Amino acid sequence: MTVNNMTIRIGGAAGNGVESSGAGFCQALGRAGLHVFGLPDYYSRIRGGHNFYSIRISDRPLYSHAEPVHLLLALTAETIPRHRDKVVEGGAIVYDLKQVREPPSAVPGVQFLPLPLSDMAKETAGTELARNTVVLGVAAGLTGLDLSPMESVIRQNFGRRGQKVVDGNLAAADAGYKAGQKYAGDFPFKLRRNPSAPPRMVVSGTEAFSLGALAGGCRFVSAYPMTPGSPVLHWMAAHAAQYGVVTKHTEDEIAAICMAIGAAHMGARALVPTSGGGFSLMVEALGLAAMSETPVVIYNAQRPGPSTGLATRNAQADLLFMLYASQDEFPRFLLAPGTHEQCFVAGWRAFNLAEKYQTPALVLSDHYLAVATRTLEMGAFDFDAVQIERGELLSPAELDALDEEYLRYRLTPSGVSPRALPGHPKAVYVAESNEHDPAGALDEEIENRIAMVEKRQSKLIGMVEEMSGPARYGPAEAETTFVCWGSTYGPLREAVDLLNAEQPGRANMLHFSDLWPLPLEPVTAALASARQRIAVEVNATAQLATLLRSQTGIQMDGAILKYDGRPFTPEYILARVRTDRRASKSLPLDR
Amino acid sequence: MVSRKDFDSPNEPTWCKGCGNYGILNAIKMALAEQGLAPHQVLMVTGIGCGSKIPQYMKVNGFHTIHGRALPVATGARLANHGMKIMCVHGDGDGYGMGLGHMMHAIRRNIGLVDIIQNNRVYGLTKGQYSPTSDVGMRTPTSPEGAIDRAVPPLGLAIAAGATFVARGYPGELPHLAWLIGQALQHDGYALVDVLQPCVTFNRASAYDFYNPRVYRLQETAHDVTNKTAAWEKAYEWGERIPIGIFYRVEGVPTYESQVPTLKAGPLVRQPLQKLRPEQVHALCTELI
Repeated sequence: MTVNNMTIRIGGAAGNGVESSGAGFCQALGRAGLHVFGLPDYYSRIRGGHNFYSIRISDRPLYSHAEPVHLLLALTAETIPRHRDKVVEGGAIVYDLKQVREPPSAVPGVQFLPLPLSDMAKETAGTELARNTVVLGVAAGLTGLDLSPMESVIRQNFGRRGQKVVDGNLAAADAGYKAGQKYAGDFPFKLRRNPSAPPRMVVSGTEAFSLGALAGGCRFVSAYPMTPGSPVLHWMAAHAAQYGVVTKHTEDEIAAICMAIGAAHMGARALVPTSGGGFSLMVEALGLAAMSETPVVIYNAQRPGPSTGLATRNAQADLLFMLYASQDEFPRFLLAPGTHEQCFVAGWRAFNLAEKYQTPALVLSDHYLAVATRTLEMGAFDFDAVQIERGELLSPAELDALDEEYLRYRLTPSGVSPRALPGHPKAVYVAESNEHDPAGALDEEIENRIAMVEKRQSKLIGMVEEMSGPARYGPAEAETTFVCWGSTYGPLREAVDLLNAEQPGRANMLHFSDLWPLPLEPVTAALASARQRIAVEVNATAQLATLLRSQTGIQMDGAILKYDGRPFTPEYILARVRTDRRASKSLPLDR
Repeated sequence: MVSRKDFDSPNEPTWCKGCGNYGILNAIKMALAEQGLAPHQVLMVTGIGCGSKIPQYMKVNGFHTIHGRALPVATGARLANHGMKIMCVHGDGDGYGMGLGHMMHAIRRNIGLVDIIQNNRVYGLTKGQYSPTSDVGMRTPTSPEGAIDRAVPPLGLAIAAGATFVARGYPGELPHLAWLIGQALQHDGYALVDVLQPCVTFNRASAYDFYNPRVYRLQETAHDVTNKTAAWEKAYEWGERIPIGIFYRVEGVPTYESQVPTLKAGPLVRQPLQKLRPEQVHALCTELI
């Protein structure tokens, strides 16, 4: 018998409530004192297709989803052939008799549990739509999980639809539970409530980043809906009235960034959440923010492209694009949080960096990190550490005392000019997109151009001091050092643990979350001390490896790259390590 | 007391002698002074083009942005600080070409700003290509056989989209243009002021000689500015007689910013910027359990 270490996967068609029931079950498991890692997988369509939600459950904190499935809950016939290979020995496949007419062919060691889920839903809740509630009840019954956390989630989530709906779903869950209990004796994977666990949050990367941004004083959010960036706009819109935020769903992404630039120019901390296609539209205005020295924060939750690509899938392939987007050159920040905790920090830190250096701060997330949910301790987000640092922003009192002409683009050793917000009689100025002199007047002369390019570039000296080198996970000395960035942290961390459990000292990893400007000293030191360096990235050309080589001269010894639109799993990484010990097959750098 | 001179700048305009932009510049200064608005109380957002350099040539807060995008920048500025007067000033390429989509959305939002279009019906700064408001048949470097595209009807589009203030002015009638801009500044909501701007270098066919005998003041006729049908008809009157003045005006339509819950507490940038309070942190974290 295995207790509190399994993955439950619920699969169905779009419109079956797969995602909402998966998310609800994660909440219930969190309330049961268990750790979860929840991951929806869905197509870019409203009805039909095949969606599934995986819930990995453990006693210990989880950083990643995993491939083996212990309990498959099939709301549609299609779910079974798509996932049967992932079900482990001893596992079970529960399916709806009404949906699956032909008995599925057997899988050795896996029991099939055909149940009249549709009929049970209809009898209890009055609608077949409650099949998802029934099947989660079955899961609770099979695993022996106390039903009460699930009941509390049902009461909360269905409460606004009235008592009848709540009662119907409670009855549906109970009917499923009783049906599951009948087969529980033959099912070896069990879940036990941990009554001594403290209350925990169940958080997505979207929520973590949004919370951080709000804590950091984000007051203006403008965006055009694009998966997987728009949930940040949804979260902010839902909290706007209560927390003093203005959100604007704009006519397009160009308007989104331009509105943010306008709002930031007036003094509001402004955020633009988007995905790669939307960011592509914003590129000219990104240059405007840099030239006019307007602090804005842009959040790109990456998805595979180019063009529309795979709207609801995962990639880490916008790194170099974000780094070099726009004509000409200017300093920018590029942060790529790897965990939910880092998403929170990036949320507030990006605003401080943007304002202190009066330049754009770009945050790179991706679909995986944005949608995956994890249980976190209540104190996981350090709100006490949040600082609101506005840099060289002149107060009204300082402006009152000004006894010389205000120069918006004054030349300073740091490259940062004291900034006045429009509205003060002593600081009437023009923010400029054209090249300009310190006062903001148009100036095309050679001397001025050189001075202004150097002024903007000199910000990098201070900016790089703000950046951290890679974080190492695993032993200081290891046979192989994996090098990754952003959301690959989670699956790679678990892969490193698995490798070292087999052979101590087999692997460690370097995770980059501060991508630009790169602090060369710690970066070079960390890379140089590694014996064998393998880049692990969700793209086809090893973009971080390319960046590191260009900046440090240090080349990776191999790369594990994935560009199938899905995130890494620990098992995938292990398989690649085993089949190709140097993992150099797909490495373009070796050529 | 604010005077026209308060808006003077030492910077010399780069415009050609006789350019309609001089008149627009003067009319804006006159209107702002007349309305008692000081340079620091106004933000002038401009696009790219000869005319969009205008904040460089007067003393006023300016934001010289990128081509076609003045309106969304101005909209963001207005939402962040609706305590300031926001003006957009840009040309016909900027406003009716690249930025036409933004204009439709600014109109349907009724965002509170004055949108002045320096409509010279040609591209000046890029050397004389035909513009969205050029006549069919106009021969230019990008239309050597004559322009095929029909001209954008800006006033008709604005009325159709639901604009609450639609006007046209002409720098050859300077006090009238200043009066129009003043009326637009007084309007609560989006106010379009299309200005027939003579370009003496690239569009001599539509310069002072063309407009002077043709323009007439709508407000000297029986035109009813609250009559949308009449406004619509006047918007398409073009040829021997060209109307200038206020075509359409309706007050009392709520502005976008007046309906945003957060802005009921005052301009966003004047609201406190501070860390979340412990009870707020508690509430935000608890909703995730």
